[in-house]
Amino acid sequence: MTWTWFHKLASPPHFYRIAGRLAPWFGWPAFLLIVVGLYGGLVLAPADYQQGEGFRILYVHAPSAWLSMFVYATMAIAAGIGLVWRIKLAHAVAAAAAPVGAWFAFLALATGSMWGKPMWGTWWVWDARLTSELILLFLYMGFIALRASIDERERADRAGAVLALVGIVNLPIIHYSVYWWNTLHQGSTITKIGKPSITFDMLWPLLAMMFGFTLYFGAVLMTRLRAEVIRRERDASWLRGELA
Amino acid sequence: MPATTVWQAMSLTYQRDLVLAFRRWEQVAQPVVFFLMVTTLVPLALSPELNELRQIAGGVLWIAALLAALLGLEFLYRADHADGTLEQMLLSGQPLALLAIAKTAAHWTACGLPLVLVSPLLAVSLGVLPGALGTLMLSLALGTGILSALGAVGAALTLGLRRGNLLLSLLVLPLTMPALIFGARAVDMAVHGEVARGPMLLLAAMCVLSLTLAPLAVSAALRISLE
Repeated sequence: MTWTWFHKLASPPHFYRIAGRLAPWFGWPAFLLIVVGLYGGLVLAPADYQQGEGFRILYVHAPSAWLSMFVYATMAIAAGIGLVWRIKLAHAVAAAAAPVGAWFAFLALATGSMWGKPMWGTWWVWDARLTSELILLFLYMGFIALRASIDERERADRAGAVLALVGIVNLPIIHYSVYWWNTLHQGSTITKIGKPSITFDMLWPLLAMMFGFTLYFGAVLMTRLRAEVIRRERDASWLRGELA
Repeated sequence: MPATTVWQAMSLTYQRDLVLAFRRWEQVAQPVVFFLMVTTLVPLALSPELNELRQIAGGVLWIAALLAALLGLEFLYRADHADGTLEQMLLSGQPLALLAIAKTAAHWTACGLPLVLVSPLLAVSLGVLPGALGTLMLSLALGTGILSALGAVGAALTLGLRRGNLLLSLLVLPLTMPALIFGARAVDMAVHGEVARGPMLLLAAMCVLSLTLAPLAVSAALRISLE
């Protein structure tokens, strides 16, 4: 088995072109899925029997929360690949993904908070899921801050990668500790939002939104990666030809 | 001359770090004083009533100890980095991860252990009954151990950076939250006369896990910082 395609993928000029070609292939399906999902979620799906129309924020909240975790995993895997095989492009993936993931975590917290106000009567509850999402946001901020405070790119890449790997090992521990912490205190009574009995009418827009958000992340990642490649290769001669 | 074995190298590193730490004793005293100060602030801010203080003593002592132990982390590798000792350790041919364990152990002895030793005094001042002191000390011993192990990763990553200390707390504190949850919980249970076996075992498991994995990350981070 030859790995030439893989090595080719790791070469910046080649990847720059591929990413440019791939971005619309992620972007347009993402756009369509999100439009269809929003229509399904906001118009077609029936109102919840308990929460009325308010539950519809689920269609933004749940995909954001999913993406905040998916992006962290992507980032850590890319960082690990970069660290082991010394592929600079893998580090670029981690660097480009981190702010996107942080924004998804923020979006999950913000929409959760907006959802909590009418449903639980308060903007914030020290609930297990909310708290572990908040810690996830802190982990993203640590990764971004560490990278930002190191000037040499090589060192920033590799130090960030070590941190991302330490974070991914800790993430399950944090998640379960926070979960047990909360159940030890009061038992989760408020997080069960009619979970087992979600009807198909409510479910399919959610799945569409989740796929849509994931593809949107793909499109944004490709675009950000192109920018990252330009930043890293700004003195390279191939780039001058590419941009001319 | 016979080659130095790994054990000799580790024990020499440990002894050296302890000698250096106690020669600058204000560095050893600083976390303890901080621990005392923060705990003193709590009754002033909340209430001098011992019955009320007892309810929150576990959490207060744990947060204060965690922040106090964080103070000392900055110095873990800084001096060695500045005078080139770290490069010598790297070149010595000894496994860097094991030397990192020795350094972490020395840091814990100089920074974590004093906190553990003064904690009963502070606990009694917050109205904790003598029966809970054993759990408190053991939980803090495990907790500061976890912080020393995880903090070493942060210290190695932020070596020689501007505003390294601020960054260090941002990197390390989220990782120590599980320890805080179970440590404070164990003390709380002991204060209320329950058996705190469950959270203590989890805390011990976390301590073993972080002592096992963190040195590997530390050695990777040190190599990156020294390149």
